[in-house]
Amino acid sequence: MYNVPNENGRFGEFGGKFVPETLMLPLEEIERALEQALADASFRKEYMHSLREYSGRPTALTFAENMTKQLNGARLYFKREDLNHTGAHKINNAIGQALLAKRMGKKKLIAETGAGQHGVAAATVAARFGMECIVFMGEEDIKRQALNVFRMKLLGAQVVPVFSGNRTLKDATNEAIRYWVQHCDDHFYMIGSVVGPHPYPKMVREFQRIIGDEAKEQLLEREGKLPDVVVACVGGGSNAIGMFYPFLEDGVELVGVEAAGKGVDTPHHAATITKGTKGVIHGSMTYLLQDEYGQIIEPYSISAGLDYPGVGPEHAYLASIGRVRYESVTDEEALKAFQWTAKTEGIIPAIESAHALSKAFEIAKQRSKDETVLVCLSGRGDKDVQAMMNYLKGESDRALVGH
Amino acid sequence: MFIPFLVAGDPHPDVTIELALALQEAGADILELGVPYSDPLADGPVIQRASSRALKQRMTLPKAVELVGFMRKKGVKIPIIIFTYYNPVLQLGEESFFALAKENGVDGVLIPDLPFEESEPIRRVSEETRVPLISLVAPTSKQRIEKIASNAQGFLYCVSSLGVTGVRDTLPEAINEFLAEVKQYSRVPVVVGFGISKSEQVRMLKEHCDGVVIGSALVQKVEELSERLSQEDTKQEALNEFRRYAQMLVSPLGK
Repeated sequence: MYNVPNENGRFGEFGGKFVPETLMLPLEEIERALEQALADASFRKEYMHSLREYSGRPTALTFAENMTKQLNGARLYFKREDLNHTGAHKINNAIGQALLAKRMGKKKLIAETGAGQHGVAAATVAARFGMECIVFMGEEDIKRQALNVFRMKLLGAQVVPVFSGNRTLKDATNEAIRYWVQHCDDHFYMIGSVVGPHPYPKMVREFQRIIGDEAKEQLLEREGKLPDVVVACVGGGSNAIGMFYPFLEDGVELVGVEAAGKGVDTPHHAATITKGTKGVIHGSMTYLLQDEYGQIIEPYSISAGLDYPGVGPEHAYLASIGRVRYESVTDEEALKAFQWTAKTEGIIPAIESAHALSKAFEIAKQRSKDETVLVCLSGRGDKDVQAMMNYLKGESDRALVGH
Repeated sequence: MFIPFLVAGDPHPDVTIELALALQEAGADILELGVPYSDPLADGPVIQRASSRALKQRMTLPKAVELVGFMRKKGVKIPIIIFTYYNPVLQLGEESFFALAKENGVDGVLIPDLPFEESEPIRRVSEETRVPLISLVAPTSKQRIEKIASNAQGFLYCVSSLGVTGVRDTLPEAINEFLAEVKQYSRVPVVVGFGISKSEQVRMLKEHCDGVVIGSALVQKVEELSERLSQEDTKQEALNEFRRYAQMLVSPLGK
């Protein structure tokens, strides 16, 4: 039976709590509150109610009819997380953690964001549940994602620029943790992916499994059987875990897609499982991009949502036991998939999701017509149209960032 | 006890040795030598900047440990504690790291992101090599204080207040009670760090603990002096200024 993490927060050798002593008590408090909340029917009811009434769940399952015809292979389905309120799967987790924070009596949220999707989700739930919200964001990402920064401010959040390191997601996460160390008595730290110290990877999985739970039910209803292959993109890996988790014991083929950037044989990629080694980042043992002395290496991807040097410890575990296959897709392949999806199905996907789509098209082509491939379309691409416009004008790669 | 902190390789490995000698002259009892890290979660901006400077000097964990060996040759006699994040230790290998530490005359190891629960394997290596692993307790430790303090080796490091390293204007009022509770369980000396940057703070704390760690205030001084420390004709004068500054900070200890 699949039963991780254990009581120490370990997924096999991965996970754990590698944090300053000051945070051990706050983590234990969250752990206790989470276990109680998950076992409490009224909490689950409140969470499901918000998902339904506020976020617009269940999201649709779309049969990609035109693509299926053209690919002439397996039947292709999209789980439409792009149809969520705020435009991505991030809101599922933000609602769950905000309700937990409320239950713990915390009225101030801390969040980190790379490109803005989690920051927007955190700011949104803070507004909805009457909380304060402070969002850490690398100064470089602030410049690249002006629209999302403005959205967060409209929603009433305070956006704090981070000037350390490369001024991107990794540095924003460090700064959020440092701020939390200082304010852990009255702030709740809302992590946006299945990363960080225990219980975060488990907590975020629990709040994202709704994706796979719904998709499984919807596909069974439509096809009368489980999918043959499930595909999702992996940065930190929250949409992927949400999608995979309900299928883990079903023998379904699971494929995680990392960002190969300019190629995994160049230094410019974010393919953490494909090319990383075991280490500790942001409080958790996992695979990460690092040099031989254990200094963390900055990743690269056209998608700021996948541009992270680590990966959720559960993905590291699933890779190590061979339950999920992790592959990678380059910037160029993702951008092709992005354009083809827009033209063929009338859906503009997030560049992150376009990584998963690219791999799914390749797989579907090779499979027989009685098979089905299910893809997690983790978010919509509104935030990426400017980047696409620049790309199509032939501008530099630098302008081509994700959300 | 006066326990100063320096970042290995800031602003240059050779200068770190000279700064260590200056601190020894200023009456330091133990030196804490920080290994620069790309992602120092427990550190504030001053030490983050020092880490970046040292990384530019290509400082690494093995080189920082070897620097201790060079310090010994140059006449640094006080105990030296290596302060490093866990990931560099993991990459070097826990056993190789402790063996190298032993070989270079390191007297203890402090890993701020390795809480008690995650430290069992490394504790075993530390016991085998007899290089103590220093534990930390924080104001939030509460029920954990007894467990941590009763297992402490070398000395016990008390984090003065919530937050990362860095200069603070005031320390929390409850600090004396916190220290009294820690002392009740600890069989080793109890020292306080994080935020101590003024001689008044040292005066206030000295009755309640066995030592004070002074980090960011000294590292900030190194930053101010770094240009002068890097030039032969101004170096000695800058080292003297650094020594006098350290002496001034810890004057309440009777140094």
